Amino acid sequence: MENMVEINNVFYGYKKHDQAEEFLALRGVNLKVKIGEFLVVIGHNGSGKSTLSKHINAIYLPKEGEVIVNGMNTKDISKLWDIRQSAGMVFQNPDNQIVATIVEEDVAFGPENMGVEPKEIRKRVESALKAVRMEEYSKHAPHLLSGGQKQRVAIAGILAMKPKCIILDEPTAMLDPSGRKEVIETIKKLNKEEGITIILITHFMEEAVDADRVVVMDDGKIVAEGTPREVFSKVELLKKLGLDVPQVTELAYELKKSGLNIRQDIITIDELVEELCQLR
Amino acid sequence: MSIKVNNLTFKYMVGTPFEKTALDNVSFEIKDGEFIGLIGHTGSGKSTLIQHLNGLLKPTSGEIYIDDECITAKGVDLKRIRQLVGLVFQYPEHQLFEETVFKDVSYGPKNLGLDEEEIESRVKWALSIVGIDYDKYKDVSPFDLSGGQKRRVAIAGVLAMQPKVLILDEPTAGLDPKGRDEILQNIKNLHKKSKMTIILVSHSMDDVAELADKLIVMYRGKNIIQGTPKEVFRNVETLESIGLAVPQVKYLVQSLNKKGFNLNEDIITVSEAKDAILKALRREKK
Ligand SMILES: Nc1ncnc2c1ncn2[C@@H]1O[C@H](COP(=O)(O)OP(=O)(O)OP(=O)(O)O)[C@@H](O)[C@H]1O
Ligand SMILES: Nc1ncnc2c1ncn2[C@@H]1O[C@H](COP(=O)(O)OP(=O)(O)OP(=O)(O)O)[C@@H](O)[C@H]1O
Ligand SMILES: [Mg+2]
Ligand SMILES: [Mg+2]
Repeated sequence: MENMVEINNVFYGYKKHDQAEEFLALRGVNLKVKIGEFLVVIGHNGSGKSTLSKHINAIYLPKEGEVIVNGMNTKDISKLWDIRQSAGMVFQNPDNQIVATIVEEDVAFGPENMGVEPKEIRKRVESALKAVRMEEYSKHAPHLLSGGQKQRVAIAGILAMKPKCIILDEPTAMLDPSGRKEVIETIKKLNKEEGITIILITHFMEEAVDADRVVVMDDGKIVAEGTPREVFSKVELLKKLGLDVPQVTELAYELKKSGLNIRQDIITIDELVEELCQLR
Repeated sequence: MSIKVNNLTFKYMVGTPFEKTALDNVSFEIKDGEFIGLIGHTGSGKSTLIQHLNGLLKPTSGEIYIDDECITAKGVDLKRIRQLVGLVFQYPEHQLFEETVFKDVSYGPKNLGLDEEEIESRVKWALSIVGIDYDKYKDVSPFDLSGGQKRRVAIAGVLAMQPKVLILDEPTAGLDPKGRDEILQNIKNLHKKSKMTIILVSHSMDDVAELADKLIVMYRGKNIIQGTPKEVFRNVETLESIGLAVPQVKYLVQSLNKKGFNLNEDIITVSEAKDAILKALRREKK
């Protein structure tokens, strides 16, 4: 088995407010995520990213098609627990995932439910809170934290479960620049050093730059995929889809439009500096 | 309207083991019509601060003046203050609750006791500012809108009160890039046309660099730096050490200058960088 997640021709529909017909939020999605891969999913609001991610830990079951996680079909109810333990999810809104009244208990909740030994739990909670820089707040009440602080606690909760795969739905939406950088660094470290498969949903194009692969969703379908460099060189397509490119890519694109002869696929500051130096 | 904050201190949960000084002797002034960017690490006190500006929270000590009126004095009519100072919360769409977009946006003006005609014209105006087509959406349920559309309707609800000061707490968090650009453009145009005083709370250094006249930087409950974006972003090391950053193009300019380009270090937006780079290269060619 080399795939952590296999999504085969999945359709999913929602019943909308006083409408008879179902609204199809996923329209035939095919996606395979390799073990140890760092995958980023981008797409405009309402393109189906969260709906897709909720299929991976069996919150939703496909109306058509199937989802296989770590070799288990999400339709197999007897595997539900194993699936959720394999694929941990950090949700878009941290308010929805606070379960305890003290931060460290909240982080311990997952491992406790998995039957991890108390001593090991303490160790995991401590290192998870450290990883998100919330040690100071371990005895605080999570619902009284600031938005960004709650988000960090939610991430720590998943880290403490040590899943094989982590799905993060816009984990940095409310973080300050350092917090964002730290979360992304933490994710990358988990990926590189512990081989954890990462599926990251984000609206910050900069966060996709170091991914192995970027997938672009539009109206319930995958419309483009490739390495970050391949995807971000399609500046016009991305803009048409309501998306964007990293700021340096944008600048490179603008400079090219103004007549400079530079590469079209620049995604980091260093690359742009190098290109511009060659023009002198 | 101008705003003056004097020695504002605020503690949450006073007298419990969790007592937390969220604002620590904060003082600043905002002039009428200024566009302020309020930045700071998560938990630095931004949301706590702005909730004081329309009287939702009461200072532990210190005063706040809106124009010349002290709004922290006893017996102030807070309803009137909230009408003057409109506050759009973080994730405001969670507060949409009416059956239609029209009803939701008209909720505030209705509570002001305005007549039907005035209410309708305000709803139309507010929706046009946020770029929502009135005829197409007025009867739609807010729950059937996309995330970005909901956000805009929620902002329109505050605009419909026609406040003199508009405060937005991370209005673009969670929006896709297009939605982000559109809302920021709407706010920018609104500021240009109405000369409203605006306070934008944001974690995007790029956005405040683009929009704000002045920045206020919070760190652990204190406002430690303020000035124009160009002035504030000169403090690269300090900003990084307190959880913030400078716009990405500023890092680019620094790297280019290390390689011998002679660009203005105060560049903070993409369009400034583009112009400066083109000029530098053309100058060298000659
Ligand atoms: N619980 C629900 N009931 C009805 N419709 C829904 C529900 N959840 C999502 N939808 C609709 O399904 C579509 C896809 O939504 P989804 O939340 O998956 O998008 P997304 O890509 O995650 O967007 P965002 O970037 O705003 O988070 C949207 O049109 C949305 O309105
Ligand atoms: N209701 C509350 N009770 C106790 N402490 C609180 C409460 N709300 C906030 N705090 C604490 O006060 C401090 C300031 O919080 P505030 O929400 O103002 O931060 P912020 O700058 O808006 O952060 P963010 O960028 O994450 O939204 C934080 O340390 C937070 O934990
Ligand atoms: Mg989503
Ligand atoms: Mg806040």
